[in-house]
Amino acid sequence: MDPERKKVVEHVAVSTFPDEVLERVLVQLKSHKDRSSVSLVCHSWYDAERFSRTHVFIANCYSVTPEIVSRRFPNIRSVSLKGKPRFSDFNLVPPNWGANIRSWLVMFAAKYPFLEELRLKRMTVTDESLEFLALSFPNFKALSLLSCDGFSTDGLAAIATHCKNLAELDIQENDLNDKSGSWLSCFPENFSSLEVLNFANLSNDVNFEALERLVSRCKSLKVLKVNRNITLEQLPRLLIRAPLLTELGTGSFLQEHPACQYSELENAFNKCMNLNTLSGLSEVTALSLPALYPACANLTFMNLSCAALQSGELAKLLVHCPCLRRLWVLDTVEDKGLEAVGSNCPLLEELRVFPTDPFDEDTFHGVTESGFIAVSYGCRRLSYVLYFCRQMTNAAVATIVQNCPDFTHFRLCIMNPWQPDYQTNEPMDEAFCAVVKSCTKLQRLAVSGLLTDLTFEYIGKYAKNLETLSVAFAGSSDWGMQCVLGGCPKLRKLEIRDCPFGNAALLSGLDKYESMRSLWMSDCKVTMNGCRVLAKEMPRLNVEVIKVDGSNESQADKVYVYRSVAGPRTDAPPFVLTL
Amino acid sequence: MESKVAYDNDLNLKATELRLGLPGTDDREEQALFSARNNKRPLPDTSKECGSKKNSDAQHVDNETAPPAKAQIVGWPPIRSYRKNNLQPKKSDQAEAAGIYLKVSMDGAPYLRKIDLGIYKGYPELLKALESMFKFTIGEYSEREGYKGSEYAPTYEDKDGDWMLVGDVPWDMFMSSCKRLRIMKGSEARGLGCGV
Repeated sequence: MDPERKKVVEHVAVSTFPDEVLERVLVQLKSHKDRSSVSLVCHSWYDAERFSRTHVFIANCYSVTPEIVSRRFPNIRSVSLKGKPRFSDFNLVPPNWGANIRSWLVMFAAKYPFLEELRLKRMTVTDESLEFLALSFPNFKALSLLSCDGFSTDGLAAIATHCKNLAELDIQENDLNDKSGSWLSCFPENFSSLEVLNFANLSNDVNFEALERLVSRCKSLKVLKVNRNITLEQLPRLLIRAPLLTELGTGSFLQEHPACQYSELENAFNKCMNLNTLSGLSEVTALSLPALYPACANLTFMNLSCAALQSGELAKLLVHCPCLRRLWVLDTVEDKGLEAVGSNCPLLEELRVFPTDPFDEDTFHGVTESGFIAVSYGCRRLSYVLYFCRQMTNAAVATIVQNCPDFTHFRLCIMNPWQPDYQTNEPMDEAFCAVVKSCTKLQRLAVSGLLTDLTFEYIGKYAKNLETLSVAFAGSSDWGMQCVLGGCPKLRKLEIRDCPFGNAALLSGLDKYESMRSLWMSDCKVTMNGCRVLAKEMPRLNVEVIKVDGSNESQADKVYVYRSVAGPRTDAPPFVLTL
Repeated sequence: MESKVAYDNDLNLKATELRLGLPGTDDREEQALFSARNNKRPLPDTSKECGSKKNSDAQHVDNETAPPAKAQIVGWPPIRSYRKNNLQPKKSDQAEAAGIYLKVSMDGAPYLRKIDLGIYKGYPELLKALESMFKFTIGEYSEREGYKGSEYAPTYEDKDGDWMLVGDVPWDMFMSSCKRLRIMKGSEARGLGCGV
């Protein structure tokens, strides 16, 4: 924008709205994308925005320093931080890579003493950090740890002991040291502010009486997700004490004694008028499942991904769930179960099908393309799918996206690498061509199966709204990756493993990487020299190579490239080379 | 399967060529990707360190039509570890172990049956299976009175040789202490405390 125009805009902005009014208006803005846009309008809007912002979302903890954040945003009450690259979930990032919350907490304690909420994903958090957190922020209300590591239940005990105003404790899918369940007993006897409690993934027994009392005291409890050790007999005792529950994780649903407790359970579920989310059920059987039916009328999200249900059981259950919008299942339900989904869930928007035996290639269980097709005929509003299967055809995918053109997230995982269309033996290129052509709103795509560069030509050409692309065991040459980097104007995250893309491909994205959040390439054909060239040409990118033991010196085993205003990492471990 | 094997061979002829010396000492571009990363391909050996000798084994194995025992590719399929941990215990409970086969006798029946206790997840399933196997009805269980409403009562012999009523102890304890099952009938059953 040339200086003359800018002056005019500023002048108009200042004379029309005093700063205080502007701040009052901007405080209503919640979306961080909107706030980013607002802050770019002019200096006074930038200032008004930064003073009015109370929540900051940092998608890559190394893209910015704590100091920079605290300087720009003085009034933060709530922070969301993401750390490691997503492939760390699948053990592709060595331990002790980084993303430690510690330096952030130190800054928060100094600059945001009134911090209320902290939501972390893929960060390393130690028990010392949790204790520091518990002691440093008197107003602390919400802690959510998703896919984090480095802590134990001792850290949770510190949180329970010291956070007098805690409303949310959400511990999900973490790699933690689960020493004991005694942390739950650390909530003081007069503590009653909890609204969200999720400890579904912890494996040790908690003291049930303590839990019962806790639930009783916390009159505003809306979300309760207990772990597998809670039995079917114990569940009603919790349910009757939590009438406001909207989200329930049931624990194992395992019946320990033959004495018929179903009546108590059914009564308890009858009273759960407000449930919209259900999960758990890890040991559910055909006999205990019907007890759930009374609670299913208003369910919009059902997570059965820990419950090995058969197709008939699922079919009977779904009849009672007319409002379902999101459904996660295990592939034990098979194609027949998915047919039942198609028949019973017309409002379905999201389906995730997880594999039960991911490493056993010889089983013929699980789902095939037929199940997916059946769902697509019945659930025309489908917009999010995650589908693990062992066979797929191009024709099937074409049918599916013709039925459901509104996909925003299409994640297909054909579990055997390089697997072609099993009927025609052709690559799966045409399948993904159909996806990107039909689904114009597509934001996230994960490809699999036997794929040549043609797939990537299609993606680059048609996927105008694509933001995240995950690629594994695919492509024929550099050209594939070049097509993606040359097309896809909205691309933000590109993660690639085990593909024949090399330096030419890497360097073709020079102009693109600063507009992207990050690039991950592991076990491809990129060399150290290629990475050095990239680092030299683009000084505002952090180009990091993770060296794996025993690998060739000149190979860049795992490459992680991301834009940053923080400069190179100061805490990198020896196996991370910053170029 | 065969076509897949054919495709693999096409792609990797050069890369899986028998060579001596460490991967990457010669043609780094072609060599390094596949020969140094055998652990990524479906192979019988699980070792991550790969010398060229193993290439030849892999080549040989890939030529067979039956799929070899597959080593796991690191991080594939892309499932988070907590999910894998959730699923594994189930598998080892069931078919992996030899099964817990027990004799079941029914008073008045000409011969005994055998069941695998390991396939049941709890008492309700076991009792339903027994009912269907012997075509009878078990009454309703209560702690106080045992099985009411039928002339049968399911019992089992425990480790100490005593005959116990099925259902009094938690399922896991029952599974580990049960030696055989007997469905008692008539007056003997009533003697166990089902008030009639």
